[in-house]
Amino acid sequence: MSTLAESRRPWLLLSPALGTLSFLLVAPLGFIVVYSFWLRTATGADMGGFHLDNWVEFFTDAFYHDILFYTVRVALITTILCAVVGYIPAYFIANTRMKNKALLLLLLMLPFWISYIIRTLSWINILGTGGAVNYVLMQLGIVNEPLQLLYNEPSVILGLMHYLLPFMILNVYVSLSGIDGNLVAAARTLGATPFGAFLKVTLPLSMPGLAAGSLLCFVLGAGTYITPLILGGPTNAMFANLIFEAIIIQLNWPLGAALSIVLLVVLGTVVTVYGRLMGLNQISKSFG
Amino acid sequence: MAETRDIAVRLTDVEKNYGSFQAVRDMTLDIPEGSFVTLLGPSGCGKTTTLRMIAGLESITAGEIAIKGRRVNEVPIHKRNLGVVFQNYALFPHMSIADNVAFGLKYRKLNKTDAREKVRRALQMVRLPHVEDRFPGQLSGGQQQRIALARAIVIEPDVLLLDEPLSALDANLREDMRVELKRIQRELGIATVFVTHDQGEALAMSDKVVVMSDGQMEQIGTPEDVYNRPTSRFVASFLGNSNFLGATVEDVTDGLVTLAVKPGEGGAMPIRLSIASNGRFRKGEAVQIVIRAERLCIGRAPESRGGPMNTFEGVVTNVDYQGLNARYFVEAGGQKLQVINPIDQHPAREGDRVTLHLRSEDAVILDDTGHVHH
Ligand SMILES: Nc1ncnc2c1ncn2[C@@H]1O[C@H](COP(=O)(O)OP(=O)(O)OP(=O)(O)O)[C@@H](O)[C@H]1O
Ligand SMILES: [Mg+2]
Repeated sequence: MSTLAESRRPWLLLSPALGTLSFLLVAPLGFIVVYSFWLRTATGADMGGFHLDNWVEFFTDAFYHDILFYTVRVALITTILCAVVGYIPAYFIANTRMKNKALLLLLLMLPFWISYIIRTLSWINILGTGGAVNYVLMQLGIVNEPLQLLYNEPSVILGLMHYLLPFMILNVYVSLSGIDGNLVAAARTLGATPFGAFLKVTLPLSMPGLAAGSLLCFVLGAGTYITPLILGGPTNAMFANLIFEAIIIQLNWPLGAALSIVLLVVLGTVVTVYGRLMGLNQISKSFG
Repeated sequence: MAETRDIAVRLTDVEKNYGSFQAVRDMTLDIPEGSFVTLLGPSGCGKTTTLRMIAGLESITAGEIAIKGRRVNEVPIHKRNLGVVFQNYALFPHMSIADNVAFGLKYRKLNKTDAREKVRRALQMVRLPHVEDRFPGQLSGGQQQRIALARAIVIEPDVLLLDEPLSALDANLREDMRVELKRIQRELGIATVFVTHDQGEALAMSDKVVVMSDGQMEQIGTPEDVYNRPTSRFVASFLGNSNFLGATVEDVTDGLVTLAVKPGEGGAMPIRLSIASNGRFRKGEAVQIVIRAERLCIGRAPESRGGPMNTFEGVVTNVDYQGLNARYFVEAGGQKLQVINPIDQHPAREGDRVTLHLRSEDAVILDDTGHVHH
């Protein structure tokens, strides 16, 4: 008798969490899957049933494939740049002897207090034709006409880096600050130069953080539509922009649902494959 | 002073400040080739700082450090050729044991076969020959300790620096590793600086002990010296169990000082002691007498060494059996004395009236500031 109660107890204790998860995650996902087989009629009404039209459209129209590849490309470039650029401040914060380490970390979090959309919009004031950069260049007489710095791929990547760098820095920082300082000291006493010790000890030991930060940057970067919408031109649309188009502009929810599932499956596959390669525990670290 | 070439490490007036805080000052110390020197002192006294300055891991504020006669103040860490073992071992967790041990050899222009042979021999020396392919996380604390030692000695360093290498081990293992470490050090004949706050370790292993307090050296000497002839109250109280008695000099005659111990409360008859002189004392001077708890003998008198024997009465107030020894608290002349004696057939009991013996050579006289006369 008691063993039966015993075996039930974990499930009983888990039930609130499981309930919340199914209500907030599993159920909506189920709806989206069902929706993706519906059809939007010419009259604008959604027609229930089991129609493969949305899926056929996705699999046969190269337009979607191109944009999917473009999305992966932009997210990948952004991730690599974030890793390179983000490592330096992470290293600095982890190794500084400053008393105000907590303040530095707080500064890193500061951007999160401002809406991501507003932060993205701020680039227009910096890079736009009437923006700060062009103003300085024209005042100095370096250019006569304002340069077109916005609405291209570099400006999208810049905006994404602005958005994603704190995630990278925090992940790398956590990894770096967990490294015992005596390890570098030991490498140095054994004959390694400062840079040699970094390459052989610090860098490999910070890989988990770098890997986790990269995954986070990639997934968040590949899933965004705000940055390309605000800072990109017509050719810089990313996959999430298509979903936004379908659902918000065309009100074609069934197509939007199908495209959402595509993105979910692609990113889910990346996370899974990555997890296999890098070890699952590192992935779980990146999400807290 | 020894010839410079026999000195592995020489510290001259070395000082270390962290901001306005003086962590180490006035360190002047020679570490002879092949010797085992221990820095001993309480937590925070600057032992690690001193060791790290020798290794180059900490800059020095003033003074000079020379290794094998070469000034190294400006020599970067990786060019000092020192073997360092850290308290937490600091093995590289992402490398196999073989790669850990071979790490320093990469910087020493050896071909692969020679390097592998050296790693094999180093692992043999620390008696862990079959763990090359494992990772540090798969070894016990004691094994990691040995690997850290192997990694440090494989590069044939000029000096071995050990920062409390045994403190993370449990008591039994620590005793074994003490013997191992000493064996390896002797086999290699390498000058070694060993940091510990464990007096047992220091006394058992060292050729020379440097007792430190508050960033300063209190006394340098052989274990025998610092234990039996402490030059300050700090050293006497840090090592072993000592009795400190305030006293007044009554007479000084050919190497013997006669002292009247200040009586405590209760109006008891003061004890009068004859102690071998270790300085110049004036009649009437106030001094402190340091007596090791093991030097006071209850009942049977110890064999004389030629000097007079002090004999006085006391009452046992408390007995603390410690297995091999018993610790007695004895009240004599209004003073409470600690006595540690081996337990024989007839250990004294609480309330017993006993006779205490003390050889004149077995006590040290310090001035009233707690230091020896110079
Ligand atoms: N980086 C630092 N900044 C400021 N003060 C320091 C620094 N490192 C050490 N100290 C101080 O210097 C003093 C000596 O420290 P050290 O580590 O040498 O002590 P220790 O003798 O090794 O002690 P323990 O037995 O606890 O290891 C301590 O008071 C410590 O607080
Ligand atoms: Mg220390």
